[in-house]
Amino acid sequence: MKDVIIIGSGVIGSGIARELSRYSADIVVLEKGDDVSVGTSKANSGIVHAGFDAVPGSNKAKYNVAGNKMFDELSKTLDFPFRRNGSMVLCFDSADIGALQQLYDKGVANGVEKLSVITGEEARKIEPHLSDKVVACLLAETGGIVSPYELNIAYAENAAVNGVKFEFCKKVTNVSKKDGTFEVTCADGSVYHGRTVINCAGVHADEINNMVCPEKMHIVARKGDYILMDKTAGYLADHTLFQLPTKMGKGVLVTPTTHGNILIGPTAVDVEDKDNVSTSLEQLNIVFDKASLTVPELSRRTIITQFSGLRAHEDCDDFIIGESSVEGFYNVAGIESPGLSASPAIATEIAGQVATKLQLKLNSHFTETRKGIPHFATMSNTERQKLIDSNPLYGKIVCRCEMVTEGEIVSAIRRPVGAKDLDGIKRRTRAGMGRCQAGFCTARVMQILARELGEDMADVTKCGGESFIVEGRTK
Amino acid sequence: MIKEMICISCPMGCHLTVDATDINDIKVTGNTCPRGPIYARNEIIAPKRMVTGSVRVTGGKIPMASVKTREAIPKQLIFDCLEQLKTVTLKAPVHIGDVVIVDVAGCGVDVIATKEIAEA
Amino acid sequence: MIAKNLVIVGGGPAGLAAAKSAYDCGERDILILERESELGGILNQCIHNGFGLHTFKEELTGPEYAARYIDEVKKRNIEYKLSSTVIDISSDKVVTYVNSTDGLVQVKAKAVVLACGCRERPRGAINIAGMRGAGVFSAGTAQKLVNIEGYLPGKEVVILGSGDIGLIMARRMTFEGAKVKAVVELMPYSSGLNRNIVQCLNDFDIPLMFSHTVIDIKGKDRVEGVVIAEVDDKLRPMPETAQFIKCDTLLLSVGLLPENELAKNASVALSPVTGGAEVDDTMMTNVEGIFQCGNVLHVHDLVDFVSQESENAGACAVKYINEGAEKCEQVTIKCTKGVRYCVPHKLNCDDNFQSLNFKMRVGNVYKKVELTVTADGVKVYGKKRPVVTPGEMENITLNSQQIEQLKKAKEIVISLEGGQQ
Repeated sequence: MKDVIIIGSGVIGSGIARELSRYSADIVVLEKGDDVSVGTSKANSGIVHAGFDAVPGSNKAKYNVAGNKMFDELSKTLDFPFRRNGSMVLCFDSADIGALQQLYDKGVANGVEKLSVITGEEARKIEPHLSDKVVACLLAETGGIVSPYELNIAYAENAAVNGVKFEFCKKVTNVSKKDGTFEVTCADGSVYHGRTVINCAGVHADEINNMVCPEKMHIVARKGDYILMDKTAGYLADHTLFQLPTKMGKGVLVTPTTHGNILIGPTAVDVEDKDNVSTSLEQLNIVFDKASLTVPELSRRTIITQFSGLRAHEDCDDFIIGESSVEGFYNVAGIESPGLSASPAIATEIAGQVATKLQLKLNSHFTETRKGIPHFATMSNTERQKLIDSNPLYGKIVCRCEMVTEGEIVSAIRRPVGAKDLDGIKRRTRAGMGRCQAGFCTARVMQILARELGEDMADVTKCGGESFIVEGRTK
Repeated sequence: MIKEMICISCPMGCHLTVDATDINDIKVTGNTCPRGPIYARNEIIAPKRMVTGSVRVTGGKIPMASVKTREAIPKQLIFDCLEQLKTVTLKAPVHIGDVVIVDVAGCGVDVIATKEIAEA
Repeated sequence: MIAKNLVIVGGGPAGLAAAKSAYDCGERDILILERESELGGILNQCIHNGFGLHTFKEELTGPEYAARYIDEVKKRNIEYKLSSTVIDISSDKVVTYVNSTDGLVQVKAKAVVLACGCRERPRGAINIAGMRGAGVFSAGTAQKLVNIEGYLPGKEVVILGSGDIGLIMARRMTFEGAKVKAVVELMPYSSGLNRNIVQCLNDFDIPLMFSHTVIDIKGKDRVEGVVIAEVDDKLRPMPETAQFIKCDTLLLSVGLLPENELAKNASVALSPVTGGAEVDDTMMTNVEGIFQCGNVLHVHDLVDFVSQESENAGACAVKYINEGAEKCEQVTIKCTKGVRYCVPHKLNCDDNFQSLNFKMRVGNVYKKVELTVTADGVKVYGKKRPVVTPGEMENITLNSQQIEQLKKAKEIVISLEGGQQ
């Protein structure tokens, strides 16, 4: 009997697992993919919103503002990339300045600090590549950027170190409650019993809820296409640049990533199939054209990849957080933007609620800090030399574009909740994430994965399931 | 029999129409130089190709050794040659020019290694 | 920090030829840095034949061609380091490399030859929408998996791009038992050699579809098919022509890009056309003592020309080490009328070459043209060509008399005269 069964290992599930691992409890996380951070948490804007956008009084507003404040310390404790680069909401038409002011007022009502409305000229002083057409902007100095999957992975690793069990390829097909105990059944036939269940199933959270709760939920998968540009385009923006929503539409953002690329997007298209993460040419063109309004110098030549992500939009248009009408069953659902920004606050809140419910005692062996994989590319030469001295595998560069060493890749595999496939390596080390998009390192990373996991290269996948890279040996 | 082919004697790449109804009197049109008809006749009467491929290696620094037919072999024997490559496993060390298969597909041409592979 | 007269970055065909020639010009203090575990570069995975007709007057496979130059380098006892990646080059020629045994090493070089090749344009750069499962490879990655590792990427294949690597891989995959369903080419012509179209596609009845492109990729975990469509004369896909092809693999052979991130760090000025450095007739970049040759300078189609160009770079690097840079006037070579670029980009007026080789590419297919070189409007050189294509590099050699004429000029222009598109 588990104390807690968490369904989903996205940033919410993993974050709650980590916060709950502060207590002595038997916790399992069930994940339908073969790794953590394979859904919404891996494919989003990576923005830590200041919190001026949400409706005052909503869960979105409350947890966003609270979550935002937690990032500086959390990023140090868990060692993931985060930068408070500030954000700007751009106004292109003086007729819309009123809307900009409303946004400011909403921010103040939500408790957002360091907000100001500045002129287009002032904005261009801060962001010299901004369009001439910007007439004013809302500057939010507390806005930030984070590597979403690295935050997710950091949470999961730290949770695992503190005793949380992560089970993969566990697609939950039923949740029921009998005699005060939850029974969670997975597609592979396995059954888990628990005192509490926390539903963090992202776009599928409505399906999980509806298995056990009388109050039904409905989540729409809202797809957004993104374009990622090379680091050589990185100079084009330092702040996260939003476009003020107008009657013409919501606009797209232009933002640096924590690794120095430029990310533009997303669009918003509701899709039936919650596994459909295909990009469309039409949407990608919209992204590029709209982003060019913000930064006219953007060049298609610097595009290195495109992707799309799904946001979990619940009909009520707010986060659903807390215990449901079924005692011991907790929902953390409808976590769309600003979900990532809110995630630390949500994790703390839910962990607190569950701990109180179960009367959990603090775990005296809890290790609060987690050290990430050494990042050879950003080290000084002295640090690099020291690292190679400690382990010669750090002297073997596998991914040229991102300067990732074999030592980092091996570390990514051997860590708790380690990487098992190419995408897992990519998210943990950046190998294959650069301008050649894994052209050079694919074969080498496959070899390392096969060696470390005791598999044949033919067993190596891109992202689990049937995503095998090769068919088999030629002879 | 009328056949369309691209002459590869030079970068011009003339599109040739070859009438080989009478094998003793092959008619070629579309060429811009005399090399066209010569190329076309060879392609009709006795087309030949070099075959390159790879074979397994054990005990070497790398798992595959590249190989080639020492000279071009009749085109229709390409796949017989490839089938035979599957049956061969070399032992490292391998040297360029090592004979991998003698008289491949019975056409009198050997398959030789094109790669130096040291022992692991 | 250690000191070396000449550091050559890259141990492929360009680096090997540069090293050999530098040695033969008297230089003994040479270091080749190669990131792979063996010398030979990309030739190691090009196991097909067709290399070396110009250099060795025989047809070799890639590994055999590489072996000839590797032998030359070993015979001369030129120092080389394997599995050693250069991570930085400064404009004052400090080369930083790492490997597992030496750790991180900084080498102060008198001259640097950048011979680090090119990389393939990935899917993202050509904006193909769709799913992002496994089964999409650049042709070179697939080539490495098949030829070096011995693994077959998939069984039913569509290839986008009819460059030589794409064509070669169509045959290679067929040889290993895969079914190549189509080679799809955006342009109305192929940038590959006719010989490869005949011997890699026609021999196996593989259809080559011109003016088509891939507009969507289907399949969640692994590719299950692609949607292709015909493009109009502005290269825009026409949705009404879309058709689905079932396949488990998409290979991309959509162009090569010189790999110049290191050069950028060293403040080397790059040509927007080639993606490589702008060099003078000694193959020197704008940064004194830094030279470029081979595919990092501009993408070649014949390795023989890589070797030739690199031998020149090696020799000139030695001359620079011994005599320093020439402080002289330079004339920029202008390319117009169908000629996209020419290497070298500039001519030093003080150089005394017996002959000079110009390599260039055209922007479209032209028939019955004359490739001309003019000095201040006066024709110095002309070469009649029945056909020129973007896929085949044009190579002309000028004699000392013609060079003298050029050096006196204020403007050198290379263009295509006459002919039709």
